[in-house]
Amino acid sequence: MHQLTLAEIARGLADKKFSSEELTKTLLARIAALDPKVNSFISLTEELALSQAKAADARRANGENGALLGAPIAHKDLFCTQGIRTSCGSKMLDNFKAPYDATVVSRLAAAGAVTLGKTNMDEFAMGSANESSYYGAVKNPWNLEHVPGGSSGGSAAAVAARFLPAATATDTGGSIRQPAAFTNLTGLKPTYGRVSRWGMIAYASSLDQGGPLARTAEDCAILLQGMAGFDKQDSTSIDEPVPDYSASLNTSLKGLRIGVPKEYFSAGLDPRIAELVHNSIKELEKLGAVIKEISLPNNQHAIPAYYVIAPAEASSNLSRFDGVRFGYRCENPKDLTDLYKRSRGEGFGAEVQRRIMVGAYALSAGYYDAYYLKAQKIRRLIKNDFMAAFEEVDVILGPTTPNPAWKIGAKTGDPIAEYLEDLYTITANLAGLPGLSMPAGFVDGLPVGVQLLAPYFQEGRLLNVAHQYQLNTDWHTRTPTGF
Amino acid sequence: MALERSDVEKIAHLASLGLNDADLPQTTAALNRILGLVDQMQAVNTDGIEPLAHPLEASQRLRADVVTERNHREAYQSIAPAVENGLYLVPKVID
Repeated sequence: MHQLTLAEIARGLADKKFSSEELTKTLLARIAALDPKVNSFISLTEELALSQAKAADARRANGENGALLGAPIAHKDLFCTQGIRTSCGSKMLDNFKAPYDATVVSRLAAAGAVTLGKTNMDEFAMGSANESSYYGAVKNPWNLEHVPGGSSGGSAAAVAARFLPAATATDTGGSIRQPAAFTNLTGLKPTYGRVSRWGMIAYASSLDQGGPLARTAEDCAILLQGMAGFDKQDSTSIDEPVPDYSASLNTSLKGLRIGVPKEYFSAGLDPRIAELVHNSIKELEKLGAVIKEISLPNNQHAIPAYYVIAPAEASSNLSRFDGVRFGYRCENPKDLTDLYKRSRGEGFGAEVQRRIMVGAYALSAGYYDAYYLKAQKIRRLIKNDFMAAFEEVDVILGPTTPNPAWKIGAKTGDPIAEYLEDLYTITANLAGLPGLSMPAGFVDGLPVGVQLLAPYFQEGRLLNVAHQYQLNTDWHTRTPTGF
Repeated sequence: MALERSDVEKIAHLASLGLNDADLPQTTAALNRILGLVDQMQAVNTDGIEPLAHPLEASQRLRADVVTERNHREAYQSIAPAVENGLYLVPKVID
């Protein structure tokens, strides 16, 4: 039962082959037995899950139907869940029970999804390896000595380990797509503004975007359908109609113009990954796509610009954690400054502190123009590159990551080494474009992802291309040994 | 221009972060490496380029000036670090 996808679960529930309650109990037992090896959950919500499952079964008994009605999911632990710990992977919020539900959480609950728990993540979503969590590193189910990617590593590892069919995640510089690539999943970062950020604890507000992680493009379409849409509570939510993502999955790829940026195949890319990317291109050509070489000349400037913009926004966003109103408070403060400094010094981990300080420096008097404004100008150059490319092609294809998942601890203490791994994913966040990673093969037994990027609001096109690819390949069906 | 230990102390103060003295050399080195990466930006010609703050260049939406929030007092009481008799307790350092 744990091998079922969201689409298969919806059919099984509609055909009364099993109930949501049975499925939920099976998966909760599986998590209890196997998650100690993976550490993908921070909190389990058994009681809530069982009551939601029973309610979904009752709604189905009353003749209701729906792709998510009774479907088990989990939320990355930065989506606020009312009355349930929402830790953001941080000691700072270890004692924080959110007083309300994020829009994503309430929409999925209304659609009948069953929340099994809250998944582990890099602290405040700052990381690419899920090693910076206060709750310990998450292990990659494909090789428990390797990282699952980050920052949505708990969501990715839980889905890869077949603990559940899909989970919510967020992506600020690649945090959905990179863990998807590292764990053989399909993950989609939507257009900036497509999914509400209300109740999603902010890291870098102009880059953060929620999206689905699942095994198939078909399932990502189902979960995204439940997450997407205008929300007046989020001032950056975009009021655009949400198309039927499942309806466009079967569109033919005949004549689809796929751009392959020449800059993606530079020295930093593992040649074995390059070969798998080329194999995926050949597969898509067989399905009727036309390949064209393109150029994104400012691609290499994305990482330096990102490491100004994201920390600057983070330093501002995280100033709300002061030890006074909620969250961690230090013992016996001697004055107000001591209360602030020790609560933040003791409550935040090393990487979060580094990014807050980089941001505070970049925004400080005398440095704003040289850092923040300069980075925003580069941001426009990167967007302009994409706009020019999309004059010629419908989607852009390349590797999701330059290397497969590294060993846990291999990059500890060397933040730059980890930052450079986000080379291919960061540009979509800076430009606000939708991006998807899909399984495309293995290197040394570790999964490899191919990334697809599309113009604004073309999530349906990305899901369509990935679904057609998955109908003709079986990489996404492979299960890690032991799970 | 590399940051000195005193610069890091100043930045930490601006960010209200209490750092351990023992960690300062390591933190200074890490910040200098990050700023070294960031400084690669200076080689990019951005003459005449307008900064981009919002990827879709949307401006902030306005809403009607009416009360929309409900009273969440119970929920907020339940998550505060310390409460007593319905009051929020804060350390004596706050006047």
